[in-house]
Amino acid sequence: MLSIKNLHANIEGKEILKGINLEVKEGEVHAIMGPNGSGKSTLASVLAGRDMFTVTEGKVTYMGHNLFELSPEERASEGIFLGFQYPIEIPGVSMVNFMKTALNEQRKHKGLEPLSSSDFLKHMREKKELVELDTNLTNRSVNEGFSGGEKKRNEIFQMAMLEPKLAILDETDSGLDIDALRIVANGVNKLKSPHNASIVITHYQRLLDYIIPDYVHVLYDGKIIRSGGKELAFELEEKGYDWLKKGITV
Amino acid sequence: MSTEIVNTDIKIKLLDLFQENLSVIKNDSPDYINKIREKAIELFSKLGFPDKKNENYKYTDVKKEFDNGYKTYLSPKNIKFEIKDIFSCDVPDLNTKVILLLNGWFYDRENLLQELPGGAIIGSLQKAMEVYPELVERHFAKYADMEKEGLVALNTAFVKDGIFLYVPKGVVIEKPIQVINVLMDEEEGFTSHRNLYILEENSQASVVVCDHTLSAVNFLTNSVAEFFVGQNAHFDYSRIQNEHNGSKQISHLFFHQEKDSKVTNNTISLHGGVIRNNISVLLNGEGCENNTYGLYLTDKGQHIDNYIFIDHAKPNCISNQLFKGVLDDFATGAFNGKILVRKDAQKTQAYQANNNILLTDDADIKTRPQLEIYADDVKCSHGATVGQLDENAMFYMRARGIPKKEAKLLLMYAFAHEVIQKIKVPALKDRINDLVEKRLRGELSRCNSCQMHCCNT
Ligand SMILES: Nc1ncnc2c1ncn2[C@@H]1O[C@H](COP(=O)(O)OP(=O)(O)OP(=O)(O)O)[C@@H](O)[C@H]1O
Ligand SMILES: [Mg+2]
Repeated sequence: MLSIKNLHANIEGKEILKGINLEVKEGEVHAIMGPNGSGKSTLASVLAGRDMFTVTEGKVTYMGHNLFELSPEERASEGIFLGFQYPIEIPGVSMVNFMKTALNEQRKHKGLEPLSSSDFLKHMREKKELVELDTNLTNRSVNEGFSGGEKKRNEIFQMAMLEPKLAILDETDSGLDIDALRIVANGVNKLKSPHNASIVITHYQRLLDYIIPDYVHVLYDGKIIRSGGKELAFELEEKGYDWLKKGITV
Repeated sequence: MSTEIVNTDIKIKLLDLFQENLSVIKNDSPDYINKIREKAIELFSKLGFPDKKNENYKYTDVKKEFDNGYKTYLSPKNIKFEIKDIFSCDVPDLNTKVILLLNGWFYDRENLLQELPGGAIIGSLQKAMEVYPELVERHFAKYADMEKEGLVALNTAFVKDGIFLYVPKGVVIEKPIQVINVLMDEEEGFTSHRNLYILEENSQASVVVCDHTLSAVNFLTNSVAEFFVGQNAHFDYSRIQNEHNGSKQISHLFFHQEKDSKVTNNTISLHGGVIRNNISVLLNGEGCENNTYGLYLTDKGQHIDNYIFIDHAKPNCISNQLFKGVLDDFATGAFNGKILVRKDAQKTQAYQANNNILLTDDADIKTRPQLEIYADDVKCSHGATVGQLDENAMFYMRARGIPKKEAKLLLMYAFAHEVIQKIKVPALKDRINDLVEKRLRGELSRCNSCQMHCCNT
């Protein structure tokens, strides 16, 4: 589904990603862990198409497309969803209008008719229940004045609404209370199917109790320095990252 | 009446025009008006046009706009058209009383003054000068300060017609009144309509003014409106400026508010080549509230300049100014908001905000708040921003599948929404919502008769 080969990216001349290799197949869950500033969010942003980062080397194919030939909106419509580490507030744009526009634009891209208002509202009601999102939140402007946890839950709600093929969740678990964590994980698991995949960026092994990863990768200084099964997460939780850094020349 | 384009100063030309046509100009006007006229032409001769050295006109060269050999309208011209043909679907749910001015003249010459329920009167100012001399004399040229402003003196010197509204004590006009200013002619024209709105104590009214050009030639307007808003009267005044981009419009609004009165004024500027709006408010009694709002959406070579002056002359008044603008292409603009809090105006609350979005590097806006505060117990704030569309918000929307163009539109619309929300009449709010969305999408026709076009599609 997604194949990243030797990906290098920089911002304002500063190299952040220094040769990432990663293969994600349908049905898989990949966890990416790694210390602060190692490049996890940068990787997620590059995959979603943020143009502040410049790709200098490497190749990314997604569902047979050269990813870099697609605009962010095309990537989204082709099924890539980025759950933002820091969701953006958009005063004056209502959640309903935002989601309706997003959903219908994605449908348009696929050659489908826009959803009728009643179908849209029904769809929204279902997904709101799935992630136990407070009804009031959808009546407000996008993320405006949402608490940290509400913003994260709203990311999962959007994911549920848009039903992506590849979900990249950047620290969606940070700032969530235990109940919210369970709900978020539940949301992710409900979307899981043999045809889609997720990349879950997290600092905490805790999330991986709920979302069981097939692979765990450690990103350090712009490179994946270790990959393993879910037991790698436990090892990291226990020992930190230092033992992995040894032997790496920085 | 046409003026030759000779190489004399436009001020001299206008003074000559006045003298040459004195009898036409004075004819039909009562003496008390002609006396004011004489004083006005003297003042204009003294003051002339504000030039760029004038701080208040730093960013708009108005004199240049006059020097175009415009034909003037010293008497009404007969152009026949059915108002329904043009505006039938324009304001579909707005249950309004519709009044038309054609090139500055009251259009319905058979019905120059109409009585509304409760004894209110709407109609032609020229006719009102004759029929209600005491009323007009008590208010006319009392609030529009021509000592300070040559353009106001000019308008007063040539005063002929415009809107007259009188709402007697305690009368509430439920239906909004819609005034449509139509400019239409085969030749370039200069109009200078004059409007007088008198709201006596405890009265209420709301007025919507739409400015339109219905022919493609260039127009210049230098209009003045005076508003007397009596004790505890409530008045809503919204304007939609939607002339074509070959038109130049200078307007001067003077609000005189008495104790406990409330005025809300919205100026929505969509199209128009050069727009200069002067809005001057005198809070002349305690407990007044004034809301002066504006939204300008400009592109190409449009120029918009809003000059606001709020005079807190008495204690315990509150004023709010909110002006927002989106400038695209190489559009330019200025916002100048002055708040004066006089020595006795304790417990004043005065707020001002001007926010701008520039969509290109070539678009430009100068924004300048001016606070002059002589009282010590006041709450005042002002804030001005000039920025771009929020890149993070753009990316967030695109990452959800919303194309760039649509995302941009949503953001601009969200930005404009704050001002639209302040419009009180619900049907008008919906209508303006629509117009703004169309304008932002670039679907509002830029040619001479936008409304006809949206009706037909
Ligand atoms: N806009 C930017 N300008 C300059 N440097 C940036 C920018 N964005 C990211 N960086 C730098 O890139 C590096 C990687 O940042 P990134 O956000 O990808 O880290 P991360 O692994 O997600 O960290 P965290 O765990 O704290 O979220 C950091 O050194 C960061 O300072
Ligand atoms: Mg991060």
